[in-house]
Amino acid sequence: MLPYLLIPLLPFAGFLLVGIFWPYFRGKGHWITVPLVTLSWVFSVRAFMMTLNGPPVHFVLYDWIHSGHFDVSISLMVDHLTATMLVMVSTVSALTHLYTVGYMKDDSGYDRFFAYISLFTFSMDMLLLSDNLLELFIFWEAVGFCSYILIAHWYERKPSWVAANEAFIMNRVGDFGFLLGIFLTYSVFGTLDYQSIFRLIPSHLNDTVQAFSAFHVTTPYSVITVIALLLFVGAVGKSAQLPLHTWLPNAIEGPTPISALIHAATMVTAGIFMIARLSPIYNASPAALHVVAWTGAVTAIVAATIALTQRDIKKIVAYSTMSQLGYMVMACGIGAYGAGIFHLLTHGFFKALLFLGAGSVIHSLSGEQDVFRMGGLSKYMKITFVTMLLGALALSGIPPFAGFYSKDLILSMAFHDGAFGHILWMIGIVTAALTAFYTFRLVFMVFSGKERFSHDGHHGHAPHESPLVMTIPLLVLSLGAIFGGVVGEHYDIVSFLSQNMTVPHFAVRAELSDSTLKLISVVAGGIGIALAYLFYGRPSNIPELLARGFRPFFKLSQNKWYFEEIYDHVFTRPTIFISFLMWKELDKGVIDMAVNGVASLCQNSGATLKRLQTGQLQNYALVMALGLFGMVSLFLFMK
Amino acid sequence: MVPLSWYVALSSFLFLIGLVGVLIRRNIVIVLLCIEIMLNAVNINFVAFSKYQHVIDAQIFVFFVITVAAAEVAIGLGIIIAIFRLRETINIDEFNILKL
Amino acid sequence: MSFSAVNILGTMPEIYLTFFGCILLILETMIPKEKRSWLAYFTIIALVFAMVASIGLNGKGLPLYSGLYIVDPFSNFFKIIIYIAAIITILFSLPYLDQEDIHLGEYYAFILFSVVGMMVMVSAGDLITLFLGIELMSLCFYVLVGLKRDDNRSVEASFKYFLLGSFTAAIFLFGISFLYGAAGTETISGLAGFISNPGTLKPMVMVGMILTLVGFTFKVSAVPFHMWTPDVYEGAPTVVTGFMATAGKIAAFAVFLRVFWVAFSGNRHDWDILIILVSILSMAVGNIVAIMQTNLKRMLAYSSIGHAGYALMALLLPNRESLFALLFYVFTYMFMTVGAFGVILMMRKKGVEGEEIEDFVGLSKRHPIAALVMLIFMFSLAGIPPFGGFLAKFYIFFAVVHAGYTWLAVVGIIFAAIGAYYYLKVVMAMYMKEPNGSVVFHSSLMGRIALALTAGTTVILGVYPAPFVAYIKSSLALFIP
Repeated sequence: MLPYLLIPLLPFAGFLLVGIFWPYFRGKGHWITVPLVTLSWVFSVRAFMMTLNGPPVHFVLYDWIHSGHFDVSISLMVDHLTATMLVMVSTVSALTHLYTVGYMKDDSGYDRFFAYISLFTFSMDMLLLSDNLLELFIFWEAVGFCSYILIAHWYERKPSWVAANEAFIMNRVGDFGFLLGIFLTYSVFGTLDYQSIFRLIPSHLNDTVQAFSAFHVTTPYSVITVIALLLFVGAVGKSAQLPLHTWLPNAIEGPTPISALIHAATMVTAGIFMIARLSPIYNASPAALHVVAWTGAVTAIVAATIALTQRDIKKIVAYSTMSQLGYMVMACGIGAYGAGIFHLLTHGFFKALLFLGAGSVIHSLSGEQDVFRMGGLSKYMKITFVTMLLGALALSGIPPFAGFYSKDLILSMAFHDGAFGHILWMIGIVTAALTAFYTFRLVFMVFSGKERFSHDGHHGHAPHESPLVMTIPLLVLSLGAIFGGVVGEHYDIVSFLSQNMTVPHFAVRAELSDSTLKLISVVAGGIGIALAYLFYGRPSNIPELLARGFRPFFKLSQNKWYFEEIYDHVFTRPTIFISFLMWKELDKGVIDMAVNGVASLCQNSGATLKRLQTGQLQNYALVMALGLFGMVSLFLFMK
Repeated sequence: MVPLSWYVALSSFLFLIGLVGVLIRRNIVIVLLCIEIMLNAVNINFVAFSKYQHVIDAQIFVFFVITVAAAEVAIGLGIIIAIFRLRETINIDEFNILKL
Repeated sequence: MSFSAVNILGTMPEIYLTFFGCILLILETMIPKEKRSWLAYFTIIALVFAMVASIGLNGKGLPLYSGLYIVDPFSNFFKIIIYIAAIITILFSLPYLDQEDIHLGEYYAFILFSVVGMMVMVSAGDLITLFLGIELMSLCFYVLVGLKRDDNRSVEASFKYFLLGSFTAAIFLFGISFLYGAAGTETISGLAGFISNPGTLKPMVMVGMILTLVGFTFKVSAVPFHMWTPDVYEGAPTVVTGFMATAGKIAAFAVFLRVFWVAFSGNRHDWDILIILVSILSMAVGNIVAIMQTNLKRMLAYSSIGHAGYALMALLLPNRESLFALLFYVFTYMFMTVGAFGVILMMRKKGVEGEEIEDFVGLSKRHPIAALVMLIFMFSLAGIPPFGGFLAKFYIFFAVVHAGYTWLAVVGIIFAAIGAYYYLKVVMAMYMKEPNGSVVFHSSLMGRIALALTAGTTVILGVYPAPFVAYIKSSLALFIP
């Protein structure tokens, strides 16, 4: 029990030590947190080894709330899915901790930052280890909170806290659905425990609920579908799927290590983890699965088209994250949970690699993020160049790198998934080509060609390779990007993971040796890279010509499909406009009375009641005597 | 024999006299004495009920009440002396620093 | 009736403490002024002794002295809380008494005697015993409140507390006399038997019950018998305030519960309306008036009135769930309240305490750990997870809902939300403003130990309550002879 318990507790101990005593550390916080997180990694690897041969481990730590029928226990459940995820999370977390030592050097909030990422690691570990929906929700909120304070780390800068607020509010929308889903689950099943819910599903298959009875619509809906969709709303928010995605690209305003850790490898994948964890619920509802699959597919391609024209190096990576998350959600939607998680794992490695590499580039250019003002960096920073190239190849799905195996698995599973499967597959292939294109656009723009950055603007010295603490994590992660896929394929990680996930009855087992499909996707990736070389790898004016020729499409992509503008016009502006109206017109009347009224009522009655406390002893005695006679007369009056 | 209700009426009157005295008298020594009157009303009640119920318990209780009242007066006079030394008044209305 | 050793053994903790209290009075004259802190250590040893003895008596249900005195798991639980509160108070008082120049040897003796008084209260099986316990505790408190003999506020607080306290004692006794007159007995179990079937004497029982209710609500400082609380809490030396607000109040809750659940269980439907009224009024007055306070001790006094309101709700339905909720509540309440007063008494400015909210402004910049500890207490008092106060409120509200008073729970939650405002005001002052003024946080080793103990327990009660829950569940038996 203790070795499992130590996985989350060690980072938490790091948070407590550094978080409470941070004024005394003065830039030495990493001496506590880095070893503790590394130790936690050791224990998660051990846990993974144990699950290889042993059965899943499940134990109740203690009852947190125990009251009548309402029981919440804090427990740990380590099965194959959790153990595998734990290894990925603690690996990326440990490497990010190390990387932060170099990246955040001289930052005024250095120790605070370490405390928070350790807290995040603890929360994420507990989220993975939870065995009931309430525990999941508590830590689901906890990781969201950590993400919020970390995005807002540089709170003096306006974009940081704007992005932090956006992330928080968008996630609230998702969490609202999620919480409703949990309430409905509790009222239908009477329990929040995963295993008990799964056991009860067959007896509730035909239950219906009138979801819109408030609007006098009496159509009955399958209760399982409603639960699955409500919970999925939470996943949409957390995993940045359309339409609740705009926070993720803006979250890059936070420091790069947290973009790599939270907004690429771990927290954003919580939604996919949740779907995989609750696979029996989703399997019971084909309708919900369709929604999931199409949300994922649409997100994948939309995000990919946006990434084509972005100029900010971190934004490109962020949109590619969103697109890859779309793949994973799509995989879950077609019942290929194992493939989705497999992609989640490989993606965790190469996307963290890309983000950390981007951070290394930004670090060497002292904060420059625009790819049009980079170029020719390969000769200044060899390690960053090579590792990012490996990451890009993995992301583009070129064999034998990691992304190829996992992405291809999803695509071939999609191809075999009934009538709509072919369309999903085509979307996937197009996305794959786009992905390869924009990834290599980034690589060519940053590392080859003319040096477009100004030499004198950056402390007056040339770009330089980052220190060892930053390059070591890159090297380690690139190992994952190279070998992650082969190893996973060789040991058949999909069936290993699937031991804890049921597969819907209508799902087909994909032919892994479907070589034609593999060839097509590799060719798509190759075309993308070739085009990127043609456009950006050598001096050319094709991009400008295309931009001019397809101006509407170019604008659409550059402006991120106008999502932010639409939200601005449909939600934000009307809200502000209405509030303005309210403020102008109704403030003096209704609002003042209703909202301020409550506050001032409390204050006024407080002031009035306060005056009763005259300090005169006999007034006190009088109040007591009146109270006494009041009680007696109340009794006489009642009887 | 005097009926029980007479005792109860007497003790209730005494109690009310004491209570009203606490509420309206300004001299703190008199207020203290009014509390003693209330306690004596209690004692009359106890003795009367004890006789009426033929159980001796309450008469023992009376001794306890008298003892406790004595202790209370001892401490009370001590506090009154302490406050008189600081304020040089025994008017209850003037002890109102602590309020609101 | 024969002399029996078991009676002596069962009351051993009380006998210990009385004995040690007397020894302290003698020692005080022999020990030189500089070595007064030895008396404190001696007192702590005495309390630990008594605690060991009480733990030894755990799990037994004994009616002693033919039912006048009851030693049961319920009373043992309360005694142990009272010991802990007293020990923490003494840890806090060591440097404080010297700073305020009131380091008198009698202080420790009075603390011990008041502890004995509370122990007699929680174990009382008879209204005479109960009255003696209450008086012993109160007499000690009157003196302790006026400990700063040269301070106008302290003496005035002592005076007010004394007069109102004796006034209430008289009312309480008058109530007992009626109960005795109706039932012919003062034992709690005897009353229970009579009150379930009072016949024509019902009005007499009701008047007696209401008069005793006044006595209890005065001691737990519930509205409308709360008027003394803010003045006394503000004027008393802060260590004494912390002790009164926790141990004194908790002991009063214990007797309140025992008398109303055992003696008056027969006419529950006559008094539940009174409890509901008092509880709502307490929550309203306590939480609303606290908003307007600028003095932190006074604010905590109103907050304690509000907390009395929450805890009273648990008295409505006598069952295991409510009992558990109340016990968990007082347990948590003790740690967070005594700790909050502990932080206040360590804030010093030019020879006096920094007890205004103003004095806490910017504390996080000057002394982050003190600010963090205060934040824990404030969040916990406000009932914000994951601190103990949240679970305590949760259990109370859950018990109230199960008792069938859902609307009352809703009212309670609304007032809890209003209450969160003034606790957060303190937190905002500490964290969101720039420091000013000359207040320093002056802590000693003993004080730091006490703060770590209280703050740590408050957090652990919120995140890992299991061992405490198990202990409280083992103390649920309310032994009736």
